[in-house]
Amino acid sequence: MALHFELVTPSKLVRSEDVHMVVVPGAEGEFGVLEGHAPFMSTIRDGAVQVYKTEGGEPESIMVRGGFAEVGEKGLTVLAEHVEG
Amino acid sequence: MASLKELKDRIGSVKSTQKITKAKQMVAAAKLRKAQAAAEAARPYASRLASVMGSLASKVSGDSAPLLLRGTGADKRHLLVVVNTDKGLCGGLNSNIVKAAKLQAQKLLAEGKDVTFYLVGKKGRAPIRRDYESKIAFNFDTSNVRNIGFAEAEAIADDLVARFEAGEFDVAHLIYPEFKSALAQDPTVVQLLPVPSPGTVEASDAAVEYEPDEEEILADLLPRYVKTQLFGALLEREASEQGASMTAMDNATRNAGELIDKLTIKYNRSRQAAITTELIEIIAGAEAL
Repeated sequence: MALHFELVTPSKLVRSEDVHMVVVPGAEGEFGVLEGHAPFMSTIRDGAVQVYKTEGGEPESIMVRGGFAEVGEKGLTVLAEHVEG
Repeated sequence: MASLKELKDRIGSVKSTQKITKAKQMVAAAKLRKAQAAAEAARPYASRLASVMGSLASKVSGDSAPLLLRGTGADKRHLLVVVNTDKGLCGGLNSNIVKAAKLQAQKLLAEGKDVTFYLVGKKGRAPIRRDYESKIAFNFDTSNVRNIGFAEAEAIADDLVARFEAGEFDVAHLIYPEFKSALAQDPTVVQLLPVPSPGTVEASDAAVEYEPDEEEILADLLPRYVKTQLFGALLEREASEQGASMTAMDNATRNAGELIDKLTIKYNRSRQAAITTELIEIIAGAEAL
C-alpha cells in the first residue's frame, strides 16, 4: 500500500516516488495524505512538506514556497514554485 | 590583380574568421543540448498546471471569475510582449520575431486598436523603436543574467499582472520564437492576458473537494499560470537562440572554407605566373648573350 507522490517545480520534476504518507501544509491547515485519499485540491502556504517513506519512520522535510497540491486517482501532486532542500 | 602578399594576408584573415565561427558553432551546439534539456524538464509542471487550470476554469465562470480570467471587458488597448534574444550571431531569428510582432501590430492598428510594446531582450529594441518609438512601454533587460530561469519569468509576470490590474491594457499577446529544430524556429503569437479559457476539459466524475474554494484557488493559480507561460517562452527563446546560432555559424564556417579554397587557387595561379615570367626573363637573357 503506497501513495504515489510527485513534487514538481517549473524547472524540474523533483520527486516521483511511492511513499507511505505525506503531510502537506495547506492554506487552511496541515493535512496528511495516505493512499486512497478522496480527490482534493488545495493551495498551500510556505512551509515544509513532510514525507514519510515508511509507516512510523522519520519524516523527510522539504521546504516549499508558492505551492498547490492536488490529490487525484494517480496520487498526490505538489506543484511548487520554489523548493529548498 | 592583387599581389601575392595581399592574397596571402587575405587567406590568413579568412582562416582566423573561420576558426571563430567554428568555435561559436561548437559552443552553440553544447549550449543547445543544455537548453533543450531545460525545456524538457519544464514540461511536467506546465502540463499539470494547465490541466488543473482547465478543470477549475470550467467550474468558475461569469462575474465571480477573477479579473485575470474575465478580462477588463474591453478590447481596445493591446500590449505586445515581444521576446527577443540578447545576443546576435543567430541568423534571421530576431528579425523574424520582429517581423511577426510588426505584422500583429499592423493588424491590430488596422482594426482600430491601440498597440503598445513590452520588450524582453536587447535585440528587439532597435528595429521596433524605428517604427513604433512612442509605443514602447517598457524594456525588460535580461542581458545581465547568465542562466535565464524562473526568477526572470516571475519578475516579468508580476510586472505584467500589476500593469493589467492597474488598467494599463486590456489584452496582452506574447510573441516568442518556438523551437522546432536547430533549423527551424517559428515566431509564435499567443494570448497571454486575460488567460484564454482552455478549450478541452475532461469532465471528471469524481467529486473534488476544494480548500479554500474554487474561486480562491483559481485566483491563486492564474498569476502562476502566466509565470509558467513566460518561463516556457524564455526557455524556448534560449533553445531557439542556440539552434539558430549553430545553423548560422555552420553556414559561415562553410562559406569561409569555400572562400579559402578560391583564394588559394588564385594565390597558386599568380605564384606560378610569377615563376613563369621569371624563367622567360632568364631564358631570354641567356639567348641574348
